[in-house]
Amino acid sequence: MNATQFLTIFISAVFIYNVILSRFLGLCSFVAISKETKPALAMSLSVMFVTTMASIITWFIYRFLLIPFGLTYLRTISFILVIATFVQFVEMVIRKISPPMYRFFGIYLPLITVNCAVLGVAVLNVDMFFMNGKAIPGSFYYSLFQGICVGLGYTLAMLLMSGIRERLDLCNVPEAVKDFPLAFIIASIMSLSFLGFNGFKF
Amino acid sequence: MEIIIPILTLGFLGLIFGVGLAIASKRFAVQADPRLEKIHGLLPGSNCGACGGAGCFGFAEAILSGKLKIDACRVANDAAKEKIAEVLGRKLVKGLKSVAVLRCNGGKKVKDRFIYQGIEDCVAANLVLGGQKECVFGCLGFGDCEKVCPFGAITMSEEKLPVIIANKCKACNKCVQICPKKLFSLVPLAQNVYVACSSHDLGKDTKAVCPVGCIACRLCEKACKVDAIHVIDNLAVIDYNKCTSCGECVKVCPVKCIVIR
Repeated sequence: MNATQFLTIFISAVFIYNVILSRFLGLCSFVAISKETKPALAMSLSVMFVTTMASIITWFIYRFLLIPFGLTYLRTISFILVIATFVQFVEMVIRKISPPMYRFFGIYLPLITVNCAVLGVAVLNVDMFFMNGKAIPGSFYYSLFQGICVGLGYTLAMLLMSGIRERLDLCNVPEAVKDFPLAFIIASIMSLSFLGFNGFKF
Repeated sequence: MEIIIPILTLGFLGLIFGVGLAIASKRFAVQADPRLEKIHGLLPGSNCGACGGAGCFGFAEAILSGKLKIDACRVANDAAKEKIAEVLGRKLVKGLKSVAVLRCNGGKKVKDRFIYQGIEDCVAANLVLGGQKECVFGCLGFGDCEKVCPFGAITMSEEKLPVIIANKCKACNKCVQICPKKLFSLVPLAQNVYVACSSHDLGKDTKAVCPVGCIACRLCEKACKVDAIHVIDNLAVIDYNKCTSCGECVKVCPVKCIVIR
């Protein structure tokens, strides 16, 4: 466990393998809630929270339940179970604590459940930080950090996208590509530019 | 053993999470206003959105918080509205009931300018040079309004014109919004007379393409006793604040574009 390892995780999760623009995970919410910056930021923060917490919980489940019993092939279904439960729980808590926030998220909070970025992080952690059925030294901290960094990458992509789309509202756009078609075009161009980070090799 | 362990493990996980969620839902239960469910039960449940709320449940929330009036619902009958008012302990304030009318009578009487072979849809057809009809103001006849009407109040006639069944129409405004030619308008139920034309062309040009289009002759203006009808921008327009539905203008109109419903 050293500082360079953390730096590598940070750079690769946020830029080189950005969860949305390079790995193409979690595109649904990326296109749907990136119209304005404020909701985009709120959504990003909640995704970041869920990815972080999911990393922690899935690490424990994988390390102390699936590996000892030799059930690593059940990781997808058990991770989904964890994530779904966790998001449900978060939804209940938010509804109790902050109704305006709850109304603000609307359908998108439950949608985090099926946001493949969250499952992607969990599976990625398991792939990267477990060797031959054993956790590598410091793997818990790496997993936790990667959960945060993937959330950061998601936030970065959301903020960039919402910034662009907010400005495009003021432009005279041809009727046929207004709204979603244009969002897809923007997303593809952003993805191309993020491909440039692939030159970095650590 | 090979199959029992995974089953037990997953079952155990599921059980823990299930119990956890059950406890959490009790701990974090949110007290909802009991009137909300009652009001929602009384609403028609068509979720048309005409009231301005997001579906019937959204509307129930909105009238509970006083954002919308009970009468904003165009679908519920008066008895249901009275009951909702009772639940809320408020008095029902009634508005004017309206019905949609089509301000075009062209249909098959207007010839096509070109053969349109695109999607059978008014909005799509309108994107091609403003539609295939000789009259650029008139009905294109692909029946978007029929498709969008949630109450089945609009049917397309033999003449390729939408016919509105007045007692089914709830004035939800959907046809008004979808028509690319903006041919529908909501007219108070008490008013019987309306102008079935939307052409702002000069009388001569209108006459050339449509036998029933308003030619802006101003005979209706002269016939009207209460000064309720005026030709504005080459089209007769009725002021419903003054109109008494006497039908004098209907009698004098040479092209019969003013009609009684």
